[in-house]
Amino acid sequence: MKVKAPETVTFTQSGFCPGCGHGLAVRLIAEVAEELGLSEKLLTVVDVACGSLNIDSWRFDTIMAAHGRPIVTAIGAKRVRKENPVLAYVGDGAAYSIGMAETMHAAIRNDNVITIVINNSLFGMTGGQCAPTSLPGQRTTSTPYGKDAAKAGMPFNVVDAFSGLKIGYLARAALCDVANMNKAKQYIKKAFEKHMAGDGFCLVELLSACPTNLNMAPVASMERIKTDMMPYFPIGEFQEHKKGE
Amino acid sequence: MDKEKIYTDTNRCKGCGYCIHFCPKDAISVSAIVNDKGYNVIQVDEEKCICCGSCYRVCPDYVFEIR
Repeated sequence: MKVKAPETVTFTQSGFCPGCGHGLAVRLIAEVAEELGLSEKLLTVVDVACGSLNIDSWRFDTIMAAHGRPIVTAIGAKRVRKENPVLAYVGDGAAYSIGMAETMHAAIRNDNVITIVINNSLFGMTGGQCAPTSLPGQRTTSTPYGKDAAKAGMPFNVVDAFSGLKIGYLARAALCDVANMNKAKQYIKKAFEKHMAGDGFCLVELLSACPTNLNMAPVASMERIKTDMMPYFPIGEFQEHKKGE
Repeated sequence: MDKEKIYTDTNRCKGCGYCIHFCPKDAISVSAIVNDKGYNVIQVDEEKCICCGSCYRVCPDYVFEIR
């Protein structure tokens, strides 16, 4: 087996914390773009959060959108650059909290963009506050006694929210071990292929580790994805529709 | 054809330990070497390594290459 990370992401070192799931997600995107021959054409839109550290560490042409607005910015970019693949790279805070309206309306309109959501169940860059995706009982800096689901609600599940809509592709994968990472790559590849075929809104959610803000060792935070997060966020492919279906 | 071999760029390593945990042959361990950034980096026992690529898959900092 010959493996080497694509040159589009390895030319400089990333600014992510040790054990951050962003590094894995970025490599999977770069591998897929390289395999499909889209590395030169791919346009990306990043958010104001940990995910924006990519702006220096990947070689794709990148727009940095206002916080929570990468998906709509990507839709704009796609409408003027129809032949280029356009990808919005957002965290769960941007996609399901401040950018909820953008995510929802992009799905309602079924706009043709790829969206990669990194779900680490908290707000990473601001110091680990409670997010809509935080699990019941999860201790964060803003819920030191654990998140009370009766007050703050259950974790937001994008699959349930989009269940009444018909979007191009909806899948969720976990970056928690070798097999699940291979699966995540398959899903991202499928999202790229469906996007290039013009099938509409392609959202892939990746469950990711955040050792720094969970105050856990990196390996323990990866195990947590399997033990704590996956019961609330089942993985798999949930929606697959063709153009005009 | 030459046998495949594992190459590491330990200056990229941040010492998270994913590769140590997921290596099926326990070929990777923490070394005493500290890199430019101040992280304790990993070392690979090439006798034990079977070049399966698991470490490459789980490494968030692109330390590994197999060729």
